[in-house]
Amino acid sequence: MIRWLLGRAAVLLPTAVAVTIVAFMLLHLVPGDPVEIAAGERVLDPAEHARLLRELGLDRPLWEQYLDFMGRLAVGDFGASVRTKERVAAEFMVRFPATIELGLFALGFAVLVGVPAGMIAALRRGRTTDHAIMTAALTGYSMPVFWWGLLLILFFSVSLGWTPVSGRIGVAYYVEPVTGFLLIDSWLSGEPGAFASTLSHLILPAIALGTISLAVIARMTRSSMLEVLNEDYVRTARAKGLPFRRVVTVHALRNALIPVVTVIGLQLGHLLSGAILTETIFSWPGIGKWLVEAIQRRDYPQIQGGIVIIAALMMAVNLLVDLCYGLLNPQIRHGRR
Amino acid sequence: MAAADLSAPRSPLAEAWTSLRGNRAALVALGVIVLLAFAALFADLLAPHPPDTQYRDALLLPPAWASGNWAYPLGTDDVGRDVLSRLLHGARLSLTIGLMVVTLAFLVGVSLGLVAGYAGGLFDLVVMRCVDVLMALPGLLLALVLVALLGPSLVNAMFAIAVVMLPSFVRLTRAAVLAEKHRPYVEAARVNGVGDARLMLTALLPNCLPPLIVQSTLGFSVAVLDTAALGFLGMGAQPPTAEWGTMLSGSLQFVQTAWWLVALPGVAILITVLAFNLLGDALRDALDPSLKR
Repeated sequence: MIRWLLGRAAVLLPTAVAVTIVAFMLLHLVPGDPVEIAAGERVLDPAEHARLLRELGLDRPLWEQYLDFMGRLAVGDFGASVRTKERVAAEFMVRFPATIELGLFALGFAVLVGVPAGMIAALRRGRTTDHAIMTAALTGYSMPVFWWGLLLILFFSVSLGWTPVSGRIGVAYYVEPVTGFLLIDSWLSGEPGAFASTLSHLILPAIALGTISLAVIARMTRSSMLEVLNEDYVRTARAKGLPFRRVVTVHALRNALIPVVTVIGLQLGHLLSGAILTETIFSWPGIGKWLVEAIQRRDYPQIQGGIVIIAALMMAVNLLVDLCYGLLNPQIRHGRR
Repeated sequence: MAAADLSAPRSPLAEAWTSLRGNRAALVALGVIVLLAFAALFADLLAPHPPDTQYRDALLLPPAWASGNWAYPLGTDDVGRDVLSRLLHGARLSLTIGLMVVTLAFLVGVSLGLVAGYAGGLFDLVVMRCVDVLMALPGLLLALVLVALLGPSLVNAMFAIAVVMLPSFVRLTRAAVLAEKHRPYVEAARVNGVGDARLMLTALLPNCLPPLIVQSTLGFSVAVLDTAALGFLGMGAQPPTAEWGTMLSGSLQFVQTAWWLVALPGVAILITVLAFNLLGDALRDALDPSLKR
């Protein structure tokens, strides 16, 4: 098992190195150099320009600069933002919990609704319920996230006035950041209403972000459930006289969920893509919004740091998914299949 | 499907059409796509107004049925432009971009996948590692980074989305080639002295097409969605271009006052994406008998 995992990790290494090269080259591919970008519209004296380049080490050969870049990456130094002068790593860490919180809620919503929906559709195969669920799933799957978010705001916040429009917590509250997860922090703060305010801010963005994953999970659960229900062991369990409910929930679901787990893992990329849009709409102070702003303002150190960290995270999670997959299905880790 | 006619196997496309004809949802989707294509082709004739003309005496007019004016059937935006006309021209833009993105990703991706799968070795290794790198980032983020590099514009957005879509075509083609290349018909062609290039194009490619056709159809919906997303973030089509996502990006401030500016461009995107997804699903069922249940 461990050897299998190490093998999987070894394949990722060249990709990881290539990502850092791409991120490094980003700064050198854009028109103008960092000094010119920082100077913006101001006129730059050529001597001053050369001095600043030397100061930043940008006059040295590329490979030397790359090694330098890698050396700093190794100790978690991603440089400083051009605009705010803050360390990129610190900026990332402040915003990361917000995105995790949103992502976990979105994924939780997707799984809690998607798996039962897919199961019901499979059990009611070909009937109206099945068609209704699958039509809804395809619509959810085709939904432009940014528009879906706007619609939710239009309906729940503006028309019904149930939930707030943007942010993570009401302006009336101040919560001391302890974990960065506002839901936990507001609970710990003991301030009356703070937790409820945080929760009500979280609902709409989580639904907006989770809808596509929900649709994918529902479709996957349905097809994998249909497959499993035809298996011999399900028939055996039924023949033994076990109640249908037990066969479905214990025997079938366990195996039907194996492909679903992979799909859930693959949703990470989609969730991050979706977070970029969701956070922008709901002014959610997370990584997605931060990245969009970095890209809109062309803050290259931020972009550079952002893509290296996110690529690393994606690879780590994919590895984790492989691990779960191996644990759930012994055939895979023993190299059959 | 009954094997009634064993002597003359029908072409996969003819078979797919037979299967599609029996699928009501797919036919509806096809109908919607034909209508959209029609709207895109004849946007100039169908649109009641030019998409960029600002009618200063008709600002934020609601749709005709909601106390509006039939001169502007779907209402007007904050500078008095006719929403219907902008949506029709948006259809032209979205479908054109979709077509170009899919064509570009198909040509480059299939060529790379074909050669990588057929030749193997170092070329295969290099191509697949590059594909891994492209897939290391979430699609939209990669597109955004590429646009940041190239500068925000519709053409650059198109290139960026094509690059994001590339890996799926490369991987699908390569997998299909690997499955096909040791089949007897390929060996037979090689024994007959068919050259590598011809072998790839005339023997392998046609047999790898079914999943690629499905992917191209689904790719259309991805292209339409991502173009709109980039436009929404201000990194795609630039105002005043009548692009669905760009139209939505300004609408957040009208959430309280002008629902039609929020609702209608999104409906257009959703219908288009839904139609291509439905057709793609149906094509998958039709072209890939192994998935038939």
